[in-house]
Amino acid sequence: MLLITCPWCGPRAETEFSYGGEADIARPLDPDALSDAEWADYLFYRGNPRGPHREKWNHVHGCRRWFGVERDTVSYRIARSFMLSAGGPGADADAGPESGGDANTEQED
Amino acid sequence: MAAAQPNRLQHGGRIDRSRPLAFSLDGKAYTGFAGDTLASALIANGVALVGRSFKLRRPRGIVGGGAEEPNAIMQVGEGAKTQPNLPATQIELQQDLVAHTTRGWPSVGFDIGAISDFFGRILGAGFYYKTFMFPRSFWNYYERAIRLSTGFGEAPASPDPDAYEHMNAHCDVLVAGGGPAGLIAALVAARSGARVILADDGNEFGGSLLAGADAIDGAPAMDWVAGVVAELREIPDCVLLPRGAVLGYHDHDFLTLAERCVADPRGPGDATRRDIRPRARERLWRIRAKRVILAQGSFERPLAFCNNDRPGVMLASAVSTYIHRYAVLPGRHAVVFTNNDSAYRTALDLAGAGVKVAAIVDSRAGGGGALAAQARVVGIPVLQGRVISDVTGKNRVRGVSIAEWSGDSWENVTSTVRIDCDLLAVSGGWSPAVHLHAQAGGRLDWDESQLCFRPAHASEKQRQSHDSAGAGNGRQSLNECLTDGLRAGTEAVAKLGLEPAAIKAPAASSAGEAPIEALWRVPAERDADRCPKQFIDLQNDTTVADIRLAVREGYRNVEHVKRYTALGFGTDQGKLGNINGMAVLAAALGKTIAEVGTTTFRPVYTPVSFGTVAGESVGGLYDPVRKTALHESHEAAGAPMEVVGQWHRPWYFPRAGEDLHAAVARECLAVRNSVGAMDASTLGKIDARGPDVVKFLERIYTHNVGRMKLGRCAYGIMLGEDGMVMDDGVMARLGENHFYLTTTTGGAANALNWLELWLQTEWPELEVYLTSLTEQFSTIAVAGPNSRGLLEKLGCDIPLDRDSFPFLTVREAVLAGMPASLFRVSFSGELAFEINIASHFALDMWRKVLDAGREFAIAPYGTESMHVLRAEKGFIIVGQDTDGSVTPVDLGMNWLLSREKDFLGKRSLGRPDCLRKDRRQLVGLLSFDQRTVLPEGTQLIEKTGRTTPVPMCGHVTSSYHSACLDHPIALALVAGGRARKGDTLFAALPGSEPVPVQVVSPVFYDPKGERQNV
Ligand SMILES: [Zn+2]
Repeated sequence: MLLITCPWCGPRAETEFSYGGEADIARPLDPDALSDAEWADYLFYRGNPRGPHREKWNHVHGCRRWFGVERDTVSYRIARSFMLSAGGPGADADAGPESGGDANTEQED
Repeated sequence: MAAAQPNRLQHGGRIDRSRPLAFSLDGKAYTGFAGDTLASALIANGVALVGRSFKLRRPRGIVGGGAEEPNAIMQVGEGAKTQPNLPATQIELQQDLVAHTTRGWPSVGFDIGAISDFFGRILGAGFYYKTFMFPRSFWNYYERAIRLSTGFGEAPASPDPDAYEHMNAHCDVLVAGGGPAGLIAALVAARSGARVILADDGNEFGGSLLAGADAIDGAPAMDWVAGVVAELREIPDCVLLPRGAVLGYHDHDFLTLAERCVADPRGPGDATRRDIRPRARERLWRIRAKRVILAQGSFERPLAFCNNDRPGVMLASAVSTYIHRYAVLPGRHAVVFTNNDSAYRTALDLAGAGVKVAAIVDSRAGGGGALAAQARVVGIPVLQGRVISDVTGKNRVRGVSIAEWSGDSWENVTSTVRIDCDLLAVSGGWSPAVHLHAQAGGRLDWDESQLCFRPAHASEKQRQSHDSAGAGNGRQSLNECLTDGLRAGTEAVAKLGLEPAAIKAPAASSAGEAPIEALWRVPAERDADRCPKQFIDLQNDTTVADIRLAVREGYRNVEHVKRYTALGFGTDQGKLGNINGMAVLAAALGKTIAEVGTTTFRPVYTPVSFGTVAGESVGGLYDPVRKTALHESHEAAGAPMEVVGQWHRPWYFPRAGEDLHAAVARECLAVRNSVGAMDASTLGKIDARGPDVVKFLERIYTHNVGRMKLGRCAYGIMLGEDGMVMDDGVMARLGENHFYLTTTTGGAANALNWLELWLQTEWPELEVYLTSLTEQFSTIAVAGPNSRGLLEKLGCDIPLDRDSFPFLTVREAVLAGMPASLFRVSFSGELAFEINIASHFALDMWRKVLDAGREFAIAPYGTESMHVLRAEKGFIIVGQDTDGSVTPVDLGMNWLLSREKDFLGKRSLGRPDCLRKDRRQLVGLLSFDQRTVLPEGTQLIEKTGRTTPVPMCGHVTSSYHSACLDHPIALALVAGGRARKGDTLFAALPGSEPVPVQVVSPVFYDPKGERQNV
C-alpha cells in the first residue's frame, strides 16, 4: 500500500486517496476548432511510461483536494507530490524519504 | 487411557512436564505437554504415519519442524471452529485439541498398493493439463483420480464464531524473525531509542537457538535469549510479537503480519502482550515501518534420493529441534545423510540423547570439518564419498542402501552396504528465507560456495528500506549471525538519524567447517527416469523424473515448469524443495542454477486464515449502512428495504395481506388519483455558490444555466467528456450566485468529485464553493392531484396556487410550523411538491404529512412505485436506462443541449460514432399480449427464426406492470429506435418462444405533461 504525501495533510495511506490518471492533460480551449482526431487524442490517448509518471490523486477521504504525484511506474517510488495549480500551501511538497520502496506489485498467482 | 509417551526424554526440552495436555488424532486419545506442538506430541507418542500424499497416496510422516512441513497437514477443531490445512509443526498443543489427518484416503493406515500404482501411471507431470486433452473415453479414469485426490481439509459448514481483528501500527524498525540475528538487531535498535516491533512466528523467541545446545558468552544460549527478551519487554516503545508471522512485504514498507492470539498467556514470551487482551483468535497487523530487518533464518533442504519420502526420513535440523526443544526422539536407530557439516551436529545430538547412530553418510570424498572429528570421537562411523541409493520400508523406514559415487549425479551406482535404521536424518544444505526480501523487490544472488540464493545488496542498499541479517542473509555460524544482526540493527538506527547504542557482539563458539558439496539429484542404481521415485516436492508428489519429463516436453522457463509439475504449489509453497527442483531443472536444461533462477516470491509467506484477512469486516460491519432521518418510521411501518449503494430505502409499504405487486399497484393509483408521499432524502444535494458559479455551471451542465431566473428550477444533465450521460438532477437558482444542485442517489459522491476535479485542476481561477448537503437536508416528495390541498391543510405561509407558485420554481416557506424549501418539481408527472427540510425536522414533518393526508387517503410509497410512476412518464434513471454508453441525443434530450456555449462532453457529441444513425435510442415497448412483463435486460431481435447467431437490435432497460394503464410498459434502447415507432420486434426470453412487442413513444402517460402543471 503506497504512502502518499498530500501537500495539505502530509503522508497518508493509499486507501485515503483516489487515482485520477495522468496529470498535465489540459482541456483544449476551443474544442470545436479541433479535428475529430485531435479531440480523440485529448480524450483517449495517454502516455504509459516505464519510469517516472506525473499523475493526479485526490485526497478523497481527507481534505478532498486534487494534487499531483510523480511516481515511478516500475519501482512505485514517489519522487514528490506537487500542487496542480500555483498558490496553495505546500506547493511542490517533497514527498520525503519514507515514500520510497521497491515492493513487488505483481498480483498473479 | 492416555498412553505413556514412549519417545519422550526424561529431561530437557522447553516443555512443561507438570502440565500434561490430552488431545486426539483421528479419534485416538494421546497426551503431550504444554510447550509441545502437535507434531512433537505425536512423535512422543510414537505416531509415525500422519498422511498420504496428494497424488500417489503414499504413506507420509513428519519431515520438518516448522513452516516448511509438507506432510503433516491437519484439520484442527470441529464444527464451526474447525480449521483445515494447518501443519502439525506449527500447531501449539492445547488441552482437548481435536485433530484429524486430512489426506488419508480412505484412511491413513489403510494401504491400497494397486491404486497407488494406478495413480502413479496416470498422474505424471502435467496431469492437470493432460486430463483435459486426452480422448473422452479416458475421462472416467481421470474423474476418479481427481475426485479421490481433491483437496486437503474441509472448510467449516457454518459461520466462524470466533472474533478476528485488525491492528494498524507504525514503527521505526520492524524486525522479522526472533533468532540470534533478529534479537540483537532489535536490542540495538531499541536501546538506541527507535520504536521497534520484533515478530517471530514461533511461540517463543530464540529461533535456531531453541533447537540446539549452543553457548553464548560462555553460558547456555537460551540464557542470553531470556536476558534480551526481558530487556526488550521493559522498553516502552518496543512491541514483541511472538506467534506473529510476517506474511507480506508490500509497497512503501507496508507489511502484514498474522498473530495467533492465545487464550492462556503462560508460555515464554507471552507476558510481552501486556497491552492487548487476547479476545480475538487471530489478529492481522498492518505495519508501516521506516526500516525493516529481515532475519527469518534459513530452511534446510532435503536431498533427492530414491524413496526419500518414507516416514522416518526427516530433515536433520528438525531431528535436532525435536530432541532439544521438545525432548522427544524421532527414532532409535539412526542414519544421517549429508553433503555439508551441519548434520554432524544432529548426529551428535542423537548420540547424546542415547540414540544409536549407525552411520553418517557424507557425500563428500573429503568428509567434514571439526564436527566430523567430534563425531568420530564419540564413535559414530562416518562413510565419506558415499550416498544413500535407496530406502526400504513402506510405512516406516527399515533400512538404507549405500553406494560409492563418482561425483556425477547422473552416473548409476552400485549399492554395497545396507544398514538397518528407523530414522534417516537428511541435510542437503541451507536456503536463506529470502521470501520477504524478494517480495520487497530485492534481487537474489546465487552463492556458489554456499550453494544458495541470498539477498543481493550492493547496488540497491542505499535505496532500500530493508536489510537482511543472519542466516537469512547467508550467514552460517552463530558468531556470524550475531555479528550480522548487530550490524543490521546499528545501520538501521543510523539511517534513522539516531545515535546507535554501543553493544559488544556476544561471542559464540564456532566450529571450523568444511565446504558444502553440490549434490542435488542423488545417483541410484538405475537412471533418473527409471529408478524408484526421488521426490522434490513431497506435498505435490513432484519428482526428479517429473521435472525432466517437463523439459522433454518442451518446458524451459522455471515459472512454466512450476505450473506444469505443480512444484511449490502446496501449503508450504516450496519452502522445502524448490531450490532442489531448480537445480534438477538446470541440469536438465544444461544451464546453471543462477541462469534458471527462482520463481517469483509473492505474499503470503505462510498460509493465513480467511477470518484473519476479513478481521472485523463481517456481518453488520462489512459495509456501512446509510439510513435516512425517516428510517425508523419506515421500519415501524413494515416497509421492506431496498439496498441502493450503502443506502437502505423503503421498497414498498405493504398493508395486511399485500404482496409487492398489490402494494405497488395501490401506491401508484393513490398518487395518480389522490396523493402519495415518498422519502427522497437519499438524493445527492450540493450547495454551489461564489462569484463565478454561473460560469462554472455553464461548463458543467448542458443547458443555459445563466438564463435561469431567481427561484427557477431546471432539469439538468452532466456529461462525461466522452459525451455520455453521467448524472442528472434538478437544480434551483436560489440567488444571483447561489445554486442548489441535486444528483442521483448512487452518483452523489462521484458528481461532487467530478465538480471538484474541474474546479481544482482545470479552472482554479473560478471562485466557486461546493458543499454537500445530502445528510443535512431531508426530502419528502408529496405527489398527486391532492398534494396542494394537503400542503394547505398542513398550514403554509405562502400561496400555493399555480400562478403564485408555478411549476419548476422554488420557494422558502414555513410549513406546518417548520422552515422548509418547497420545490414544485415532479418525478411522477403529477402535481407535486418536494419538501426540503433540515434533517432534524424531517421525522416530525413526515408524520404531519401522513396525518394531514389521512382525509385524502394518502399512501406512503417506496422506490418500486417511484420507478413505475417515472417509467409511465418516460423519465429515465441514470445507471438503469443508461450505462455509460448513452448520449443525451440517444435519450431524445436534444432540447437540453445549448447551442450557445461549450460544455463538458459537447465536442464528443459530434464524433462520428455519436452521429451514427443506428445508435441505440430510448423508446417504449408494449407487449402485444398485454400481459408479459419483460424481464429487464431482455435482448430484442428483429425476427424469429432458427438461424444463429441472431442479431440483437436492443435491450429492455426498465419494465413494470402499470396499474393505472392496466398493462405492462417497458423502456428500451433500440438501434435507430426513434424512427421505428410502430415496428414489431421480438423479446428473446430464455426457455420460451420470443414475445412480439411494439415500439412506441417512451411516454406512456399524460404525453402532453398537463397533470404536473396545474
Ligand atoms: Zn489532504
